[in-house]
Amino acid sequence: MSAITTLGHAGWVLRGNPVTVVAAVGAALLIAAALFAPWIAPYDPIASNVREALQPPSAAHWAGTDQLGRDIASRVLFAARIDLAVAASAVSLSFVVGAVIGSFCGYVGGALDRAVGRIVDVLMAFPLFVLAMAMVAALGNRVENIVIATAFINLPFYIRFARAEVNIRRNLGWVEAARACGDSHISVVLRFLLPNILPAMAVQISLNLGWAILNAAGLSFIGLGVTAPTPEWGIMVAEGARFITSGQWWLVAAPGLTLMLSVLCFNLLGDGLRDILDPRMRT
Amino acid sequence: MGKLLEIEDLHVSFSTRGGIVEAVRGVSLALDAGATLGVVGESGSGKSVTSYAVMRLLDRAGRITAGSIRFCGQDVTRLDHRDLRALGGGAMSMIFQNPRAALNPIRMVGLQIADAIRAHTDLGASAARSRALELLHAVQIRDPERRLDAFPHELSGGMCQRVMIAMAIACEPALLIADEPTTGLDVTTQKTVMDLLARLTTERGMGMILVTHDLGLATQYCRQVAVMEQGRVVEQGPAAMVFRGPCHPYTRRLVAASPTRTSTVADLVGGGAPVPATRRPRPPAGTPMLLEVQGLTKRFGETTAVDEVSFTLEAGESLGLVGESGSGKSTISRLICRLIDQSGGDILFEGESIGGLPAREFHRAPQRRAIQIVFQDPHDSLNPRFSAFDAIAHPLRRLEGMRDGPALRDRVAACAERSGLPLELLGRFPHQLSGGQKARVGIARAIATRPRLLVLDEPTAALDVSVQAVILKLLDDLRREDGLAYLFVSHDLNVVRMMCERTIVLQQGRIVEAGPSREIFTAPKRSYTRELLAAIPHFTPDLMMPTAPFPGIAAEPMMHPQGAVLHRSLGPPP
Repeated sequence: MSAITTLGHAGWVLRGNPVTVVAAVGAALLIAAALFAPWIAPYDPIASNVREALQPPSAAHWAGTDQLGRDIASRVLFAARIDLAVAASAVSLSFVVGAVIGSFCGYVGGALDRAVGRIVDVLMAFPLFVLAMAMVAALGNRVENIVIATAFINLPFYIRFARAEVNIRRNLGWVEAARACGDSHISVVLRFLLPNILPAMAVQISLNLGWAILNAAGLSFIGLGVTAPTPEWGIMVAEGARFITSGQWWLVAAPGLTLMLSVLCFNLLGDGLRDILDPRMRT
Repeated sequence: MGKLLEIEDLHVSFSTRGGIVEAVRGVSLALDAGATLGVVGESGSGKSVTSYAVMRLLDRAGRITAGSIRFCGQDVTRLDHRDLRALGGGAMSMIFQNPRAALNPIRMVGLQIADAIRAHTDLGASAARSRALELLHAVQIRDPERRLDAFPHELSGGMCQRVMIAMAIACEPALLIADEPTTGLDVTTQKTVMDLLARLTTERGMGMILVTHDLGLATQYCRQVAVMEQGRVVEQGPAAMVFRGPCHPYTRRLVAASPTRTSTVADLVGGGAPVPATRRPRPPAGTPMLLEVQGLTKRFGETTAVDEVSFTLEAGESLGLVGESGSGKSTISRLICRLIDQSGGDILFEGESIGGLPAREFHRAPQRRAIQIVFQDPHDSLNPRFSAFDAIAHPLRRLEGMRDGPALRDRVAACAERSGLPLELLGRFPHQLSGGQKARVGIARAIATRPRLLVLDEPTAALDVSVQAVILKLLDDLRREDGLAYLFVSHDLNVVRMMCERTIVLQQGRIVEAGPSREIFTAPKRSYTRELLAAIPHFTPDLMMPTAPFPGIAAEPMMHPQGAVLHRSLGPPP
């Protein structure tokens, strides 16, 4: 029983949960598409070609063309870059800041914990998407501000999560042992407690990525953040929506489906990670 | 009298990751009506699994693969769920290890007892309530009327266990299975709970199976014992016979490893003559004490955990701190290690006051290296993400500024060797090590910076008795050979007697009695100390005799022929 390696354990859990494998493959494909978009996209995502406008899916244009004759498949591939980048940077930002604040609250407790706890409660009382809209509107209509707004509305979840995870570990023997070995309180939190809550946080990160993608696309959809010619799933759906009534469904189909599948992949991956990391599955 | 319970060739296996694990392989036990049987063994011996199998409480992964369990003539292994429900809690019932965890925290205990009654009878709510009150009277809980409406968190551990017992005997079962019923309780509470169980079972003619790791408890409260090892019963018979003349090598090892009133550390591991306490060279006159504690006080809010405690410790000396839960012994060990700040008083280390340094600054003090601690739970005290090597290297990196390289590797290897940890285990992580190996890592880490004072906070409390024996031997050798001073905190008086030259008895944060261990343990001056000593279930195989299991009621006439023979042959208790 003692010789179970982490990889072997993951393999064992995944065998009982093949959906996670599918989700992981999906997420990997998505990331690869974003990375290699310039090489694999058949057309320039921005160059318009009015003669080919509003063509349904065909051999030349797999996902059809939009009102300016741009290849939708190419645009969806390029859009993956910006959407994933915004989501990933927003989630990393909120993870780093939230985990550190939450860990210290959980470790120190007392007045600091109560104060931060109430601020988090206030933040969570706002409708979060509206808060993000207001932030982007106030800070300026730029991609960086979408990242900041998305990170900010995610922050309360990370603070709460890290606080709870640290709180149950703060009185364990190895925390006291670290102090007896010469570590200060700060180094106990940063070098002992944080690494130990990382696996649990990984679940939160994965679930959160899907949500952040949706949030970034949502902001663009209503016209905040990324602006027109840039390929982005939210804008593509917003622009394509006008053509649904006249029967040109393919303008929204490809970006909408990709958006849905990517969120689904990250959510399923998060669920799978939770199973892998669940200590009860270790016996 | 017929057999109440007959277990024949029982096999239980669990399906786990690594395949099928056979936890019980061919256990046969028998219990007469009204008799008591002690099932003893160490962790992993299958003793709890056997009792769970009798109650059919095995979890989904566990399965009875062969054998039979006949209870009052009917085979329990073949019953369906409806019959089992009638049986469980009715004709046989069980008392679990952790009473607080076994009670529903959001339901008043009176209602919980009534639930147990109403599950098996058709009594109305008020009748069940008055029956619950009778039961609380029977288990001699203080103030039973008030306890009826108490929640489990309002009761002490001992009281919770009494409530559990009340529930277990609610339907007058013929068989009571007690699975480590007093583990985690203080020794004086353990004694009252066990006396109560013994009295109730005799009065009501219940049969009892006592599952325990404590040979002392089994000898004191059971006529018959069965010793289990790795899923098998290796030896069974009358307690006195089994433990006085153990036949099986495992029983012999177990008996040797169990501390008795007179054993020495060397006896436990069954090796060699006792090492004479090497006379320490007298420190030159004027040398300050290694440790001097003056009027140490610690308050947590309203409660005073440590109240004006003063004592001294010489270099190379071993001092024991004993007391029950709430006596403040663990708080004192953390105060001296400067992990928490005191509320009053001072601590002098080699004549220098370290009490003035706030605990959060102490990691920078030069004395940090000289005062180290070994924690209670070896598993709990190791960072799950550190390998054994990293755990031992950690204090060297932090306190001596050592960098990775051959010098660090050599130091870690030397510490591991000193602690008896095989070097090939250094790359392993805590979950890949056994309890004893983890204890060795904890000790190696504590001695890595060559401290002069080692605080040992219940270092063997979480270990099996045979592992405890070798760890105690290791600690004893370390102190004698390396001249370390020990502050040995423990609730186990026998262990403290063996390990320490002087002993301090604590009660509710105050020193009750202090002096040389020999005097404290042979001629205690204070009544509290005497009470503590009397409550230890003394394991004395050489002078064992059937004594009255509880005061006031004479020993039952022996039911077993062998027991009766034994009773006569030993004569009256002196």
